[in-house]
Amino acid sequence: MPIGVKVLARPIDEVSYVRAAVKGMALTFKHLINPHKVTVQYPEHRDPLSPRWRGTHRMLTTEDGTAKCVACGLCPAVCPANCIKLVPGEDENGNRYPLVFEIDEFRCIFCGYCQEVCPEEAIHVGRHYENSEYSRDGFVYDLERLMAQTHPVCEMWDPADPKGE
Amino acid sequence: MLLPASLPPMLQRIVDPQAPPADVGFFGPIGVPLIYTIVKLLIVFTVYMVGVALLTLAERKISAWIQDRLGPNRVIKGWGQPLADGVKNFMKEETLPDAANKPLFLLAPAMAFIPALTVWAVIPFAAPLPLRWGRMDMVLADLPIGYLYILALASLGVFGVVLAGWASNNKYALLGGLRSSAQMVSYEIAMGMSTVPILLLAGDVSLSTIVRQQEQNGWYVLTLTVACFIFIVSAFAETNRLPFDLPEAESELIAGYHTEYSAMKFSLFFIAEYANMVTASALMATLFFGGWTVPFWHAVNNAPWAWWKTAITLGAFLFKVLFFLFFYMWIRWTLPRFRYDQLMSLGWKILLPLTIGYVVVIAGATLGLDALGVPRTPWHGWPVYSLCLLALNIGLIGLLFVVADRGRLISPASARVRAAELARLRAVRQRSTLAHEATSGAGD
Repeated sequence: MPIGVKVLARPIDEVSYVRAAVKGMALTFKHLINPHKVTVQYPEHRDPLSPRWRGTHRMLTTEDGTAKCVACGLCPAVCPANCIKLVPGEDENGNRYPLVFEIDEFRCIFCGYCQEVCPEEAIHVGRHYENSEYSRDGFVYDLERLMAQTHPVCEMWDPADPKGE
Repeated sequence: MLLPASLPPMLQRIVDPQAPPADVGFFGPIGVPLIYTIVKLLIVFTVYMVGVALLTLAERKISAWIQDRLGPNRVIKGWGQPLADGVKNFMKEETLPDAANKPLFLLAPAMAFIPALTVWAVIPFAAPLPLRWGRMDMVLADLPIGYLYILALASLGVFGVVLAGWASNNKYALLGGLRSSAQMVSYEIAMGMSTVPILLLAGDVSLSTIVRQQEQNGWYVLTLTVACFIFIVSAFAETNRLPFDLPEAESELIAGYHTEYSAMKFSLFFIAEYANMVTASALMATLFFGGWTVPFWHAVNNAPWAWWKTAITLGAFLFKVLFFLFFYMWIRWTLPRFRYDQLMSLGWKILLPLTIGYVVVIAGATLGLDALGVPRTPWHGWPVYSLCLLALNIGLIGLLFVVADRGRLISPASARVRAAELARLRAVRQRSTLAHEATSGAGD
């Protein structure tokens, strides 16, 4: 016997197989006829998400339909997963806008820093989780696609209201 | 029953539907029995295969309910699941390992599957059905050797498993096959021995006789309870069902003997397992629970036969078989798997001596009761003989499950260590540097 193995003397009088098995079968039978139902019938029924759920990104737009983003470069700077690609541009009035704004949903760790850091409240993480695709290319969301998302956005944690009341 | 006048004159000679049709015939002397057999064969085979398919669904549903889940409920509310599984298995790729022994690899699934099917042939499943061509016995072949045939064929089932394991040329598969051969050979002995008391009481191995005897004298589960228990345990081991599923033991052997099988060949092993279960359940019902007879309703169990009697007894038989199938699944989703040495010691050190001892006890009891002049058939309406045996069995069951079942039936996780040895081991541990580091580390 290897050194250090704990050897316990079994309480022979209390140990049984047949009676213990019968006890176990009574328990399983109890569950069989009176199950404790917890299953959610997923595609038909969905449990509501928390208001702080951080899922698929969404770019909010101004009233005239352009992205709120001003290409300040804070979100790619803060992104710990380095999943945001931003190429800034500037129009003739000197307004900055994103030429390229791509988020790789595979790299993203959904920390929500981009939403927290955004001065314009443009990029958001959303209360949405169904984003399967038939090819890997489909997971790089460009600006147009981010703007086209319609799901509700995440309500970030507010230090003034820590419990979300 | 009146025969229509349009029937040929040859047939009109056979007017007694209660008698077997063997001696006369419309299609020659063996014609009618042959046609009867073919009809029964087709019906039984179809019902059996559909039933086995539905059993896979039942297994998943029951496991789900026991585990507080819902189980398959998508394809036609779950009822189409066996069909969907079948289609999937036909469409999947058939893998054939390069290093496998190809003829045996292809043969093994059939070897596992066929014995399971053929065993069903001798099990009587309902009261005889009177037809205008003569009585139709509701058994495919009422062999006089009865359950000896079953024991012989059931032992062939191990070949499929062992061949699959060996021909796959895979270490896991080989280990699974070896384990299964050891397991099935061990438990076959206990299984065979546990049917000897039946032979002592019934005086015959023919299943029809056994059913008839139980109809008269009470179910053998009451008069031979210990044999029934041993038979059920051995049947679980023979069919490789939990807690005896060591041949496939997913957590240790991937999938055991069918690791290398895919698609329909894998499915055949699966079907064989369920077919074996059905057969074993039918055998338990027939040997110990009165077969197709309905308890306390002698009118329905005896001649003159009628179609409604056949229907009711068929229902009774199906109910018993389904109960045992449910029992199989209930056990499976309750008990964990045995360790290999526990399996072997249970088979050889406990069940085998127990059955042999039980044979001696029952033989002694029958000898004693016969010597006292107690009639085997009911006496003034009271089955005195059976009641005596019942009292004996209650005593033995109490002895077995309450007194003997104290940590001895299944060997514990570690062997018992003598006190002196234990002290020595503890002293060694105290001296070892590892232990000191461990204790000082824990103290920090």
